[in-house]
Amino acid sequence: MNFVEYSDVIRDGDVVIVYLGHNSLMPVKVQHGAQTQTRYGAIWHSSDFIGRRYGSKVTCSKGGWVLVLHPTPELWTAALPHRTQILYTTDISIITMMLELKPGSVVCESGTGSGSLSHAILRTIAPSGHLHTVEFHEQRAQKVAEEFQEHRVDHLVTVRNQDVCKDGFGVSGVADAVFLDIPSPWEAVGHAKAALKRHGGRLCSFSPCIEQVQRTCEALVDHGFQEVSSLEVLLRVHDVRTVSLPLPDFGPDPAAPAEPGATEEAPPTTVSSHASISLKTTTPPREMPGHTGYLTFATKPRT
Amino acid sequence: MADNEDDDQYRIKEGDYVVLKRGEIYKSMQIQPRKKVIFEKQWIFLDNVVGQMYNTTFEILSGGALQPKKEDTESSTDVKVAGTDNRNIVDDGKSQKLTRDDIETLKEQGLKGQEIIQQLIDNSSTFSNKTGYAQDKYIKKKKKKYENTVTILKPTCRILALMYHGREPGKICHLRYDTLAQMLTLSNIHAGSKVLVFETCAGLVLGAVMERMGGYGSVIQMYPGGGPVRAGVECFGFPAHFHKTLHEFPICNVNALLAGSLDTTSKDPTADEKQFDVAVKEEPPEAEEQQEGSPEQSMETKAEDADDDHEKLEREKRKEEKAQEKKVKLEEKRRKLAASAALLEGRNADGLVIASRFHPCPVLLGLIKFLSPSRPFVVYSQYKEPLIECYTKLKEQGGTVNLRLTDTWLRHYQVLPNRTHPLLLMSGGGGYLLSGTTVATDHSKPTVSPPDDGPAPKRPKLKNSEG
Repeated sequence: MNFVEYSDVIRDGDVVIVYLGHNSLMPVKVQHGAQTQTRYGAIWHSSDFIGRRYGSKVTCSKGGWVLVLHPTPELWTAALPHRTQILYTTDISIITMMLELKPGSVVCESGTGSGSLSHAILRTIAPSGHLHTVEFHEQRAQKVAEEFQEHRVDHLVTVRNQDVCKDGFGVSGVADAVFLDIPSPWEAVGHAKAALKRHGGRLCSFSPCIEQVQRTCEALVDHGFQEVSSLEVLLRVHDVRTVSLPLPDFGPDPAAPAEPGATEEAPPTTVSSHASISLKTTTPPREMPGHTGYLTFATKPRT
Repeated sequence: MADNEDDDQYRIKEGDYVVLKRGEIYKSMQIQPRKKVIFEKQWIFLDNVVGQMYNTTFEILSGGALQPKKEDTESSTDVKVAGTDNRNIVDDGKSQKLTRDDIETLKEQGLKGQEIIQQLIDNSSTFSNKTGYAQDKYIKKKKKKYENTVTILKPTCRILALMYHGREPGKICHLRYDTLAQMLTLSNIHAGSKVLVFETCAGLVLGAVMERMGGYGSVIQMYPGGGPVRAGVECFGFPAHFHKTLHEFPICNVNALLAGSLDTTSKDPTADEKQFDVAVKEEPPEAEEQQEGSPEQSMETKAEDADDDHEKLEREKRKEEKAQEKKVKLEEKRRKLAASAALLEGRNADGLVIASRFHPCPVLLGLIKFLSPSRPFVVYSQYKEPLIECYTKLKEQGGTVNLRLTDTWLRHYQVLPNRTHPLLLMSGGGGYLLSGTTVATDHSKPTVSPPDDGPAPKRPKLKNSEG
């Protein structure tokens, strides 16, 4: 496995995603001789994982089974250990498109956080691009660097442990795109500008509060950025289900001619109990995330 | 100036596919010499832009020629006298002292947009009474109308998705750009994979997939009808080697391929002939018409024309040439079909993207068979109901997990000092997505299974307490 390249068979050292059921995923690092406990029993890596095909059912010790899935940035986002608040796939999708990321893009990111967006960026810019990511929290920077290595994407990424607002991204004039997810992005706009290519590039800043957006937009305009645009994307997940709508009983209708079969429905008291129409429909979730953050995009012109 | 060689890739060249932009309006086209193009009700020639850098803004001169715009002199319209509210501003329709004819004359004199706007401001009796915000708005509105500029951009998925959504949403089944963005991510499109695409979105979705693949791996376009539609792909202006990764396969051959009865070998002469026949029927060529028409014609002209035999020979020769040409084309088509069939036969594709005007259910159920286990797929539909059907069918037949029926809402914001608010709410119009992951189909039912990933457990039925 590899987060940037599919393979068919699970090998020693792979990170796999164990699917335990609806919304229940568990990342597991495959190691010879190791064992993983799930709520359906134990899994032995040597016999249950290694050499098996991705997408297979794995029977656990208690007789239940789980599915073992190939890792993707999207599954990783749903399964990863949170060390910070993370970006989810809906925002990541629009960020990737609006930053115009593709194979070969050079991207600067800060902060790295739990690496949810980083994995998605790496997937998109591989095999020839590079990610320069800056995280000021030493422990987090270290942890995420380990993960990149475990996921065999460390050749595509440089993690720097520094303060982006003070020290910038550690590179200049190389980036096609910059992404900011920090408390005071306006303080990093100048560094972002310096990191971007002379020929220009795209910038995105993610902020939960409108006041942050306001200050960021002002800083962007002050630094000569163009096409400044702020937006918000919300995801709605629809539950597919069969619903049954009962028909009211209007009582016997003397005007209606006796229909064939109507006589069989004899006593009106029973009508209400079985007269209903069922149909397939979707219901919106009772609660949904109403806000993640505002996304502000801008273009740095050629200088 | 230091890195001139590096600059070359950012220069506009003849034959390039570019996107013209003014405000929020985009238009895609190819740079061709001496070609008149219409953009925003104006005729322009793009000859002058060759050799200039991408992202340059040009001014449209009279006659349609373009000239790189000088640095903005926007501060000239700065007016520092402003009112506080509109209690004394009356709409008597007389505040603007310039008449329509006056403005037309100014335009004919070749005044720059900037100068016309200044004239409008100078001749507006109410302008100085307006609040600073209202003045800004006034200038912005006039700028939109009178400024004669166009920016030339290098096409990208972002720009083309915005363009198609703004100009021709019907052509792309009303696929909104944020929905397209979700599709590319949910199907984990990336370099090196083998992706199946079935779309009737003018080639926009196919182009978006190809951009994300960066020329690594392979894309197989499953197409309905006589041939694949790729107008949108052209707009991306991909380098030649990208097209080598693009394959095509007619969807009408899917059943045969799945049944193992699709014959793509040239050695079988009957199969070849059959295909030949089909092709002739598909595109009624001139040759056929000639055949029908020629006997009469020759009868009429026989008496008069002495060297009719010669003409006949010529005609025969041409016919033969055409047949030969057709044969070569057919051979090429057959070769391509065989190549795509070979790619599909392994049933080990890495991703599936469907976005079409067809009912998605049969398309999904047919094409999902070509995917390896543990691979993502995503289906777009403008309507939710067919995706509900897809969801139900997939649940019945198994072989997938993580099924999700979703849509996204997109809200834009105006962010200005003291004037920040949501711009407009787009909802519903962006279409719906069904996404999921394939898994190995296993017919031996295990004893215990993880909870189904279907609808959440039913809530306890409520007693009707209100009635």
